[in-house]
Amino acid sequence: MLTDITIGQYIPCDSPIHRLDPRIKIIITILLITALFFISRFTGFAIYLAFIILIVIISRLPVKRVLTGLKPIFFLVVLTLVLHVFLTRGGRVLWEWRFLRIEEAGLFTGLFMVSRIFLLIMFTSLLTLTTSPLQLTDGIEYLLTPLKRFGVPAGELAMMMTIALRFIPTLLEEAEKIMKAQMARGADFESGNIIKRAKNLIPLLVPLFISAFRRADDLALAMESRCYRGGEGRTRLHELKIKRSDIVSLIISIILGVGISFF
Amino acid sequence: MSLVELREVGFSYNENDTPALKNISLSIESGDFVAIIGGNGSGKSTLAKLLNVLLIPSSGEVIIAGMNTAEEENKWKIRQKVGMVFQNPDNQLVATMVEDDVAFGPENLGIPSPEIRQRVDRALKMVGMDGFQKHAPHKLSGGQKQRVAIAGIIAMEPECIVLDEPTAMLDPRGRKEVMETVEYLNKEKGITIIYITHFMEEAVLADKIVVMNQGLIYNQGSPAEIFQDIAGLKKVNLDVPVVVELASGLRKAGISLPGVLSIDGLVNNLC
Amino acid sequence: MLIEVKNASHIYRQEQGYKALDNINLTISDHEFIGLVGHTGSGKSTLVQLFNGLIKPTEGQVIVDGIDITKDKVNLKEIRQKIGLVFQYPEHQLFEETIFNDVAFGPRNLALSEEEIYERVKEALDLVGLDFEYFKNRSPFNLSGGQQRKVAIAGVLAMKPEVLILDEPSAGLDPRGREQLIELLDYLHHQQGVTIILISHRMEEVARLSTRVLVMNQGRLVLDGPPEEVFSQVERLREIDLDLPEITEILWRLKEKGINVRTNIFTIPEAVNEIATELRRLKPC
Repeated sequence: MLTDITIGQYIPCDSPIHRLDPRIKIIITILLITALFFISRFTGFAIYLAFIILIVIISRLPVKRVLTGLKPIFFLVVLTLVLHVFLTRGGRVLWEWRFLRIEEAGLFTGLFMVSRIFLLIMFTSLLTLTTSPLQLTDGIEYLLTPLKRFGVPAGELAMMMTIALRFIPTLLEEAEKIMKAQMARGADFESGNIIKRAKNLIPLLVPLFISAFRRADDLALAMESRCYRGGEGRTRLHELKIKRSDIVSLIISIILGVGISFF
Repeated sequence: MSLVELREVGFSYNENDTPALKNISLSIESGDFVAIIGGNGSGKSTLAKLLNVLLIPSSGEVIIAGMNTAEEENKWKIRQKVGMVFQNPDNQLVATMVEDDVAFGPENLGIPSPEIRQRVDRALKMVGMDGFQKHAPHKLSGGQKQRVAIAGIIAMEPECIVLDEPTAMLDPRGRKEVMETVEYLNKEKGITIIYITHFMEEAVLADKIVVMNQGLIYNQGSPAEIFQDIAGLKKVNLDVPVVVELASGLRKAGISLPGVLSIDGLVNNLC
Repeated sequence: MLIEVKNASHIYRQEQGYKALDNINLTISDHEFIGLVGHTGSGKSTLVQLFNGLIKPTEGQVIVDGIDITKDKVNLKEIRQKIGLVFQYPEHQLFEETIFNDVAFGPRNLALSEEEIYERVKEALDLVGLDFEYFKNRSPFNLSGGQQRKVAIAGVLAMKPEVLILDEPSAGLDPRGREQLIELLDYLHHQQGVTIILISHRMEEVARLSTRVLVMNQGRLVLDGPPEEVFSQVERLREIDLDLPEITEILWRLKEKGINVRTNIFTIPEAVNEIATELRRLKPC
């Protein structure tokens, strides 16, 4: 139950998109998401969508899983649509019933915003769907390296992210185990109002925190004994190298991003 | 000069507490396989941490390959020479992929990338985990996790590995895997092993056993010597292997038997 | 208290197609002491969680005291009071500020009176050999690992279960701690008539204590019978790569070499006696 989060979860595949350098992928994502906010017409969105579909095809992602991954945002999309449709005023009145009224501008803005959110999430999740968390951390670390001069501890931040990723499944497993152990002692995690439920979580959260701290202690010791001294002077097993395909992808994306902004 | 030498080492976690170690002197030669056994709270884990400079003695000194652990500048050199594997297999793996975890040590040492690749693959092969490079650690069995942890140490090319109860949280299958790996590393690769355990079946495989009790060395010698003293071992809250106890019973019943430590040994001597 | 499992199978969602339990049929009656053995991942832990409804089988039924607990709207709290479950490393579930409150957690969930709770906590701590007055107001987090384990077990005992299930309760304990635990289980079984289900890798322990041994392999129940009978299925056990109790292993090996000893012995003095008698009769080869 706790391990059901699927939005943007990495799907390992061997495809040109998967093989792109994570730094380039991050840059492209930032670039095209920015472009998304400059689009002012639906034609722009259509081209954008076509581009996304193209990427999905090239990356050989199972379409069904990509779509089911989008389910959690469905509520957000519907809410945005409803709010805009009923609240934004302007243009012809399309429909009216008692105090409810839909005007042209509302429908237009609603659909516009929804398209934007939808494409935004689609595109960002493409990054995480095709890039392993590890590569992502590596990419972020490299991109942050120039900021080291201003005291940003890029290596340490990346190490923190790696450790977090490593321990999330372990802690989720542990949470489930503790929950069951307390349920065996008659604990109830499922009924009562919010305050009562929050209170009922104490038997779960206290042992979980204690265990997390114990693990942190152990891990710190293990890391120290393996000569970890912070990011300084570390080399990497996987060194990132920009390939020609990365350059080409970047150029295509810049052209598309700039071009699309004029629509 | 011994690889590891403890000279009258004492250690207390807090000044007012009873010391965890009292006046320990011990030397371990290069290539040895030494098991350290003792009940809970006997000081065996504290001893392990002293060897890896995770702790520094309160009195006396620990010398590793001629370097004193109390001197700050030796710290990283010693840690590279003496690797350490801990009890909980989950809490010592750092990365989300096996090969990245094994690479962690060499990365910290600043080894260039192509050599790390070679070391990682070689280390994984040595512990029998070749082919698991891209696996996620949390999906492995306990025995596999522990072998990955050992590979992570081997990749740093140490002379000595200290294992602090590496099988305490494993099932019998995992225990066997880890033991076989350790024996292989010692016998075939000549790596010095200091193996802390409370499983006597494992200690029997060592060349030399050190028995700890309440911060002191209670006894040391070859497995055959150590397991002669059944009453003594029970007194310090340690198990005696069934085979040893059975053989001693048979001897008392008038059957002549040499000292045996394994089922094979017992059965072959009786037939 | 009768537990019946009928044609139960279980599949975890994440690992599709892999059956954690595969068509299990089993009846557990009053006053049994069951040793449950098998490799990690053989389905032991899943099986015992069926008994108190922590896991519902994907197929089949689990009937406790005549009630089918796989049906909706069954009062599982009541079932969980009757069937106590001590998980592996139970000390990791301690959370209260005082030992008293931690042990009282279960009884409080049963909405008992404060006097009743007090009595039960006292009794449970006595059972596990912790001095009530000394320990009640202390924090469980300052204890040694072995003592923490005792507090956690007391927390389950305080619910007064009729069936007590323990998953590897002796893991990581030293010989003295293990001996105390065995004494406790023996006492609960013989003096208080509690049905015990013990999951353990220590075959000696299982052989010595159980009245019945269940062997699981890959989600199936492969052997079921008294220890003498189960541990005489040497071929079958070796096939699934499961250890025999060491004494049994030695006796079997001797028998295979032509020394005709009985193999249904699980204590050292008896084994010494048997081997010595047999050898004197035979003269060693």
